Amino acid sequence: MAQSQGWVRRYAKAFCKGFFVAVPVAVTFLDRVACVARVEGASMQPSLNPGGSQSSDVVLLNHWKVRNFEVQRGDIVSLVSPKNPEQKIIKRVIALEGDIVKTMGHKNRYVKVPRGHIWVEGDHHGHSFDSNSFGPCGTAQLLCPKDLDGIFVLVGLEMITAAI
Amino acid sequence: MLRGVLGKTFRLVGYTIQYGCIAHCAFEYVGGVVMCSGPSMEPTIQNSDIVFAENLSRHFYGIQRGDIVIAKSPSDPKSNICKRVIGLEGDKILTSSPSDFFKSHNYVPTGHVWLEGDNLQNSTDSRYYGPIPYGLIRGRIFFKIWPLSDFGFLRDSPNGHRFSDD
Repeated sequence: MAQSQGWVRRYAKAFCKGFFVAVPVAVTFLDRVACVARVEGASMQPSLNPGGSQSSDVVLLNHWKVRNFEVQRGDIVSLVSPKNPEQKIIKRVIALEGDIVKTMGHKNRYVKVPRGHIWVEGDHHGHSFDSNSFGPCGTAQLLCPKDLDGIFVLVGLEMITAAI
Repeated sequence: MLRGVLGKTFRLVGYTIQYGCIAHCAFEYVGGVVMCSGPSMEPTIQNSDIVFAENLSRHFYGIQRGDIVIAKSPSDPKSNICKRVIGLEGDKILTSSPSDFFKSHNYVPTGHVWLEGDNLQNSTDSRYYGPIPYGLIRGRIFFKIWPLSDFGFLRDSPNGHRFSDD
């Protein structure tokens, strides 16, 4: 009797210990280093989701690269939508702070990107909700740049969706 | 001897990683202690005050008018700013100064907030750089812990007339 009680207590103790180690480490890893997301929408065709609604690309989001908020022109990044903070959008960085952008469909023809902001556009012009709609976007809203070389197609996993 | 030292080092590294991750989760999802600098929130928060900030409101989208929030600076993503929320999305904000004859209003766009410091004369805030996206808000300050003479929940805004009544 005493032995089975001891077994339960040892098991509970080991479970708690493992739980409080594994969960924070996993959460920190997903927040700081990398995580996986599924891409929805057509605003980045043909780079992402070339197949349209038949197949969604799965991408690796590299948080570690933006820990200093440094991105290059041409990077694909994932950011919090300025219009809806619950949504994340995936776009390409076209211009950095100080650059002058010739816009397509923005109210001003030419826009100078202010300090601390970037200009993002989707590859599928005309079908993309990007800086041409909401203007330059603060760098601090970046979630992570995508490591374009590291897009692994993962099949059959449940993952966070990134809406476009 | 070497195995003992190696074992101890690995254990130390393991504990550091574990507690570092727990600290990250706590600061990111629950809250933490923050030291504020600058005069833009006087008299509510003075320079070098230490306050307690919580992040749960941000994750559950519960930031209200009149809350003091910490946000990432729109002009420099590595620094933080500490201001009060004057208007949420859709609110009408009076943007002209009191000395202007013609009053001008602006509406706060969707997904954005309008921030102002309590020290209106000495504060660079939304009157200067416009409304900021909600995604830049990091946390809400609700309790001051230093100096001890001012210990307790934070006061309401001294500029109550800035809030829209409708």
